[in-house]
Amino acid sequence: MNADVLKGGFANAPVDAAHAFRAAMNVMARPGTIETLEGAVPPAPMSTAAGTLILTLCDPDTPLHLAGDWDCQEVRDWIAFHIGAPIVGASHAMFAVGDWDALAPLNRFAIGTPEYPDRSATLIVEREALATKGATLRGPGIKETAEMALPEAEAFQMNALLFPLGLDFFFTCGDQVSALPRTTKVEAA
Amino acid sequence: MSDYNFAYLDEQTKRMIRRAILKGLAIPGYQVPFASREMPMPYGWGTGGVQVSAATLTPDDTLKVIDQGADDTTNAVSIRKFFEKTAGVATTEETAQASVIQTRHRIPEEALREDQILVYQVPIPEPLRFLEPSEVETRKMHSLEEYGLMHVKLYEDISKHGAIATSYAYPVKVEGRYVMDPSPIPKFDNPKMEMAAIQLFGAGREQRIYALPPYCQVVSLDFEDFPFEASKADHPCDMCGAEDSYLDEVIMDDAGNRMFVCSDTDYCASRRAAGHVGAQAAALEETAA
Amino acid sequence: MYVAVKGGERAIDNAHAWLAEERRGDLNVAELSVVQIREQLSLAVNRVMAEGSLYDPDLAALAIKQARGDMIEAIFLIRAYRTTLPRFGASAPVETADMACDRRISATFKDAPGGQVLGPTFDYTHRLLDFALAAEGETPVVERGEARTEATPHITEFLNKEGLIQTEVSSEETPGDLTREPLELPANRPLRLQALTRGDEGFVLSMAYSTQRGYARNHAFVGELRIGKVAVEMEIPELGFAIEIGEIELTECETVNQFQGSKTEPPQFTRGYGLVFGQSERKSISMALVDRALRWQELGEDNLGAPAQDEEFVLYHSDNIQATGFLEHIKLPHYVDFQSELELIRKLRREAMENVAPVQEAAE
Repeated sequence: MNADVLKGGFANAPVDAAHAFRAAMNVMARPGTIETLEGAVPPAPMSTAAGTLILTLCDPDTPLHLAGDWDCQEVRDWIAFHIGAPIVGASHAMFAVGDWDALAPLNRFAIGTPEYPDRSATLIVEREALATKGATLRGPGIKETAEMALPEAEAFQMNALLFPLGLDFFFTCGDQVSALPRTTKVEAA
Repeated sequence: MSDYNFAYLDEQTKRMIRRAILKGLAIPGYQVPFASREMPMPYGWGTGGVQVSAATLTPDDTLKVIDQGADDTTNAVSIRKFFEKTAGVATTEETAQASVIQTRHRIPEEALREDQILVYQVPIPEPLRFLEPSEVETRKMHSLEEYGLMHVKLYEDISKHGAIATSYAYPVKVEGRYVMDPSPIPKFDNPKMEMAAIQLFGAGREQRIYALPPYCQVVSLDFEDFPFEASKADHPCDMCGAEDSYLDEVIMDDAGNRMFVCSDTDYCASRRAAGHVGAQAAALEETAA
Repeated sequence: MYVAVKGGERAIDNAHAWLAEERRGDLNVAELSVVQIREQLSLAVNRVMAEGSLYDPDLAALAIKQARGDMIEAIFLIRAYRTTLPRFGASAPVETADMACDRRISATFKDAPGGQVLGPTFDYTHRLLDFALAAEGETPVVERGEARTEATPHITEFLNKEGLIQTEVSSEETPGDLTREPLELPANRPLRLQALTRGDEGFVLSMAYSTQRGYARNHAFVGELRIGKVAVEMEIPELGFAIEIGEIELTECETVNQFQGSKTEPPQFTRGYGLVFGQSERKSISMALVDRALRWQELGEDNLGAPAQDEEFVLYHSDNIQATGFLEHIKLPHYVDFQSELELIRKLRREAMENVAPVQEAAE
C-alpha cells in the first residue's frame, strides 16, 4: 500500500465532519447555493469537496460506486483506508462519484421504492466549475427562484417527475459544493 | 471537556443520522427510518431531537433549547446542560442569537432566519398512527398517498362538534405530497412552518427523522367550508401586552383567578425590556420582589 | 406561581443530591458493594445483562446499585452505556451443543443421553421464608461430584432423526442487528428473536402465558431447557482462524409444539426457541412460546387475531426502555398542548350552548 494513501483524512474528525455536514446540509436544503467544503485531501481525480463529502457521509455501511476515471487504484486505496465503503456497481450504490458523462446513464441507480423512497442513490457529480447562473430552479428550499449551472436540464426534469422517488445530486469542484434534490424543478436557461 | 466524543455520539452513528437528514430534506415530510441509539436520557425526553442536534452541531454553534416555549423548564435545562458538557457549544436564551434551536412543543414567536436551524422533538411521528396502529399499513398508505382516513376523521369531528377537534399536533400536507405530523405544537404555530430556517424532526423511540427545507409548502389540512384556524387564547399577554403570541394560562390563587402570559419566555422578556407593559406586570413585579 | 417555574437548574441539582442520599439509605447500615450484588443477587444481574444486551456481571451489578434496585432503571443504565462502546467485530455463533451444563432437563423424555440434571433450581423448594437466612446463617458445605466432560446433545435432535420435528434451515447469512438498524416490518425470525431476548421479562412472560390460555394456543412442551457456560470465539482476520475470547452463561429453551400439518406438510412437531444471557429460565421458556406463536405464517397456520401472533404488537411493545420512557414522559410539562385543548373545549362548549339556547327559546 502506498504511504500517500494514509494521508488526506480529517485532521480532527468529529469537528471537520461536523462543519462539512453543515455545508452539505445547507446546499441540499437550498438548491442554487454554493458552500466551501474542505478537510479531506483525496487522490486525483477526486476533488477536495467530493473527498470531504465521502469522508463525512460514507463508511462500511454505504456501498459506493466509482465512475469513470474515479475508479482508479489510488482512489480505491484511499477509500479502503479512510472510509471502508464497499466499492460496488451502480445498481447497488448508495453513493456514486464521477463526472457527468461517467455517471450516465442515470437509470442504473436506485431511485428508492414507493414505501422507502429514501433508499435511493446520492450522486456526487464532479464539475469543471460551479456557478449560480444558468438553469432556473424552483421548489422546496428556494424562496422564489434560484439559478445554477447544470450539465443539462432534461435529466433533472425527468428525475423530478419520479418524485417522491428519484436521485439526489451534489455538485463538486475544488473545495466547492452545491446540490440539487429530487424536488427541484429545473427550467433550462 | 468530557470523555465522550464531540456531541456525545460516535462518528459512525452521526454519519448514519446525517444521511437520514439529507434524505429527509430531499423528500420533505417523508419519515426516514434511522437506527436511533439509546441516549443517556429516557425515550420520550427528546432523544430524537438530541440525536439530530448532536449530528448537526459544530463547535461554532450557539444553541438554544426550549420546552413549552420556555428556556428554563427542567427538561430544556437538562438538554442544554448535556450539550454544554458534551459539545462545549455556547448557549443562549435569545432566539435571535441562536444558530440551532432545539424545541419541544413550540415554534418561537420571532421569525427565524435563513442561518438558523430548528430541531423538533417528536413523540409519535406518524400522523396516521391513531387512525391505523399498524406500521405496515400506514407505510402503505403514505406510499399510495391514501389519506382518506385522515379526512374522514377530521370530517367526523365537524359533524360531531361543528369544528375540527384537533388543537395540537395538527396534521399538515407538505409540498402537496406527504401528510406530516408537525409534532405536538399548538395549531397556532402551524402557519409558521413555512419559514426561512431549516426544520429537522427527530423521533428517537420511533426511529424516524424527517425534515422541511426552507420555504417549503406546508398546508394544514382542512375543508373549504371549515377552513383551518390558528387559534390562541383571546387575550393579550398580562406581562408584556403582546396580542400576537401564544399564551399560557396561569392559575394565580385559590379563587381561580388567572392570568395569561407568553409561552415564549424570550419573546416576553425582550418585549418587556423594550418597554412593553401588560395589564398585570406591575402587580407581578411586586410579588416577585 | 409563574415565578415558581423558574430555577429549573437548581431544582435539578437538588433532586440529584437528594437521590444520592436516598440511594445510600441509613448510614449506620453497611454499604452494599458491587461484588456483593454480583455474587448474591446474581439473578437480578442476569436480568439486567439480558435486557441490557450486554454481558458484563460487574457493570450490571453496578447498575443495580446505582438504580437502587429498580431493574428497568438498571437496564437503562446498561443500554445507555452499551451504545457508546466501539465495535471491534462480531463473534462466531456460539455452539450450545457444547455447553458445559449446570442444569439440563427435558419434559418430553424420562431420560436421555446426557441425563436429567436438576442444577441450582427453585423448582422443588418450598416457598417458606427462611428466617435462618435473616439471622445470617452460614450456607452448609455441599459435597462436590465430578463434573461431566462429554458433550450434552440436544434432545430435539433425537426427534429430528425420525423426521418427527421440523428441520430448521441453517443459513450462512449474517442476521440483521436490531441495535444498529431501524426495525423494518415484517421482520424475520432472527430479528424477532433479538427483540424477544432483550424484551421485558414481564411482557414476554404475559404474552407466552396468553398463548397457554388459548390466545393462539400452540401446545408447547419443554423439549429441553439447559443452562451453562459456552465458549465465545471470534474470527481474527490477521490470524485466519477463530480464538476463544471468553465464556458466557446462557439459558436455552427449545419447545416441542404440536402441528396439525397443512395442505403441503404432513403432521409434524415444530419448535419454539429461547436463548437468554445468564440463568434466566422463565424468560427463555416465555421467549420460546412467543417465538412459536409468531411463526404462524411461516408454518401455514391461521391468524387467530391473538396478541402473541401479532408481530408488530409484540415487537413494538416488548422493549421496556422504550415503553417506560414514553410512559413516564407524560410527567414532563405539556401545558402548551393542554392550553390548546382548554381553548378548544371552551369554544366547543360555547358553540354548543349557543346552539341549544335558541331552540329552548323557540320552544317556550
